[in-house]
Amino acid sequence: MNLILVFEQLLNGVQLGVTLFLMAAGLTLVFGIMNLVNLAHGSLYMVGAYLTVAAVQWTGSYLAGVALGLAGTLVVGMLVEVIALRTLYERDHLDQVLATFGLILFFNEAIVLIWGRSALYTSLPAWLQGHLELLPGSIYPLYRAVVIGVGLAVGALLWYVVTRTRLGMLIRAGASNRQMVAALGINIRLLYTLVFGCGAALAGLAGLMAGPIYAVQPGMGELILIQVFVVIVIGGIGSIRGALVGSLIVGVVDTLGRAFLKPVLGHVISPTAAEAAGPALASMLIYLLMAAVLALRPEGLFPARSGR
Amino acid sequence: MAEAILAAEKLRKAFGALLATDGVDLEVAEGETHAIIGPNGAGKTTLIGQLAGNLRPDEGRIRFAGEDVTRLSAPQRARKGFARSFQITSIYRDFTALDNVSLAVQAHAGHSFRFWRPAREEPALRDPARAVLEEVGLGGRADTLAANLAHGEQRQLEVAMALATRPRLLLLDEPVAGMGLEESQRMVQFLSGLKGRRTLILVEHDMDAVFTLADRISVLVYGRIIASGTPAEVRANPDVRRAYLGEEA
Amino acid sequence: MSARTLVLAAGVLLLLAVPPLAQLIGQPYYIDLVRRVMVFAIAAASLNLILGYGGLVSFGHAAYLGVGGYAVGILAFYGHHNGWLQWAVAIAASALVALVIGSISVRTRGIYFIMITLAFAQMLYFLGISLEEFGGDDGMRLKVKSQFSGLVDLDNPVAFYYVVLVLLLAVITFVHRLVNSRFGRVLRAAKSNEARSRAIGYSPYPYQLVAFVISGALCGLAGALLANHTAYITPAFMDWTRSGEIMFMVILGGIGTAAGPALGAFALLLVEDVLSGWTEHWQVILGPLLVLSVLFFKRGLAGLLPGEKRDG
Repeated sequence: MNLILVFEQLLNGVQLGVTLFLMAAGLTLVFGIMNLVNLAHGSLYMVGAYLTVAAVQWTGSYLAGVALGLAGTLVVGMLVEVIALRTLYERDHLDQVLATFGLILFFNEAIVLIWGRSALYTSLPAWLQGHLELLPGSIYPLYRAVVIGVGLAVGALLWYVVTRTRLGMLIRAGASNRQMVAALGINIRLLYTLVFGCGAALAGLAGLMAGPIYAVQPGMGELILIQVFVVIVIGGIGSIRGALVGSLIVGVVDTLGRAFLKPVLGHVISPTAAEAAGPALASMLIYLLMAAVLALRPEGLFPARSGR
Repeated sequence: MAEAILAAEKLRKAFGALLATDGVDLEVAEGETHAIIGPNGAGKTTLIGQLAGNLRPDEGRIRFAGEDVTRLSAPQRARKGFARSFQITSIYRDFTALDNVSLAVQAHAGHSFRFWRPAREEPALRDPARAVLEEVGLGGRADTLAANLAHGEQRQLEVAMALATRPRLLLLDEPVAGMGLEESQRMVQFLSGLKGRRTLILVEHDMDAVFTLADRISVLVYGRIIASGTPAEVRANPDVRRAYLGEEA
Repeated sequence: MSARTLVLAAGVLLLLAVPPLAQLIGQPYYIDLVRRVMVFAIAAASLNLILGYGGLVSFGHAAYLGVGGYAVGILAFYGHHNGWLQWAVAIAASALVALVIGSISVRTRGIYFIMITLAFAQMLYFLGISLEEFGGDDGMRLKVKSQFSGLVDLDNPVAFYYVVLVLLLAVITFVHRLVNSRFGRVLRAAKSNEARSRAIGYSPYPYQLVAFVISGALCGLAGALLANHTAYITPAFMDWTRSGEIMFMVILGGIGTAAGPALGAFALLLVEDVLSGWTEHWQVILGPLLVLSVLFFKRGLAGLLPGEKRDG
């Protein structure tokens, strides 16, 4: 096991973390501000991936496809908010869970209706293919590096908006006192729709970037959504910082675990036992980590008391 | 010379930059009726929270019945004989009045890991509950759903639940809040019937109730006790007049 | 006898009559269908204990179907077909898993609890997939059903049907007694008003944990039954969408009612059966139906029954 390999897997872990972060940021924003549990967040991830693939095919241009895919996801998100979710703000979490669960079933099957059950083929433009030599001897896929870069840039943008702009102030104020903000003449409904739309766009971005790496298929949203839950539990709900730290931890632990747990175990216990236990443990690793964090800090690492 | 059943020493609690409790000393003797008064924002809620076990003080100690209970949780203190009623009515709305009180009785009638026998049919729970309801004047409403009781009746139910735990000390948070004149007079009369038999800490705004019931009064202003003594002493205290009673005396 | 009791008795009689009726009209398929519904009704009844009465929104209950099912499957794999042993292990294993998961999750509240229970169920799902020995992703067949040494033969569909029916009635009765006992009252009180419960001296945690364990154990029994019913055990038993379905059964039927889970199981599974007959894309219809039911149909089916709708 050489260091180059570890380094590459570490980067993969960061890349997964960045994807998780985009999802977690959207989910935690919506929950923190509107007190809404949205299980269908994963569906928006899926919609982003599918719309982008379709748009790229239609326009023939990768960037145009990405722009259209993102815009489309934003629109879908806002439509869902206006049609289905508005009534849920007043309801308890159980109702929200159940209603958005129904939405998941709907979206997954709608995707199947339009595109079928098998995974979609996604192609990358030539300028995104290829490799970077980040360390001597280490060749890392350019695309994954771009994903990391974009993700971190979006994270920085989010942080800036939320902590340094008026909009961000409104968002944080709305989180702590809805009625007050409304009384000040701010259109709360519009704010909510915008926030939800942003969350949808973040999920869509995560989905379209993840498409070429993982598979674009029905149900892809739920697989990642559950990992996002683990991120939020570990990181603490309501805080962007918690989402970032949690995402990186989960992404790195999961990736390194899947890559190295079996060989490492093979040194400690017998190779045949490691063969059986390794993959099993690796897939359970982030959940065990979550359990450990909960045992020590039941509210996560960076729970937001009010706002950041 | 009655022993102090509740003693708070140098309690301090801050929320960020806000110092809600600033070195509070409080002593309540057994059998005493002690009122805590103070203007809004004085920090009464925070103080009660610390006494009852919902908040951990940053500094200071609380002794109850000779024991240091500072680190004990609210249920633990309740099991040691500390009962409280809430300022904003906090009852079991979807249970009947009788069930509400019976649940309070149950908490102090042996363990509750019994899985088969219907609890409603247990005389050991039902009879004491009925008795307490009669005592506070809700006997006729025993089988009414708590949510359907009038506001004043719900306040009575709060007190009944606190009583049903056979406490050594009753902390009543604004027991007559929101009650009409007649209702609050009835409640005050009932509470004065408890005087001497139980130790009462009364947090109240209603000055009639306070001066009728209290043996001693402590005045809380900006997180500090600025005066503590008999009603006459407190009335005469210039600091108190200035800070609080000025508008009302 | 109140109107409510009469209606419920009629329901039981109807269930008793299904096998002879099905045989009469030459459609033994209905015995299978209703039996499957009843197995899920047991799972829903177990979830109702902690969700409906306890207010704990556990979104990972299907995990116990898996634990119970795999307990039966794994024992059978190694040649242990004794039904008493298998089902006892299924229940005990589920209780143990629930204890471990519960001891961590029950400390948390609200949305955390939902996410954590979901995550742990997913963890068990991945564990199931990675067990190559037992079929991994594909699962394994149950070649020999649980054996009860001549007492009853589960290979006989009608006998098996009545076993499930008896167990369903037993579970419903047990849960009903439980929620009216001292223990159940504390659980319901903690749901109704936690601050008040703490103020009179109850720490909700031990009660909620015990309820969580009982609930898991009962669902493990449902898992053992399901394994025998499908004669096949796969990680899909623990799929998170299955957890969602069980939750829906509890809500549709009416939370915190004795008959609710059974009514909900019947409603949901029958609707699924009908819809899947129309189109293979039935979920695109079911999804919005579920959303609408949450938005507009809060009291659940049990609210339609005559008479007093609350327990104890």
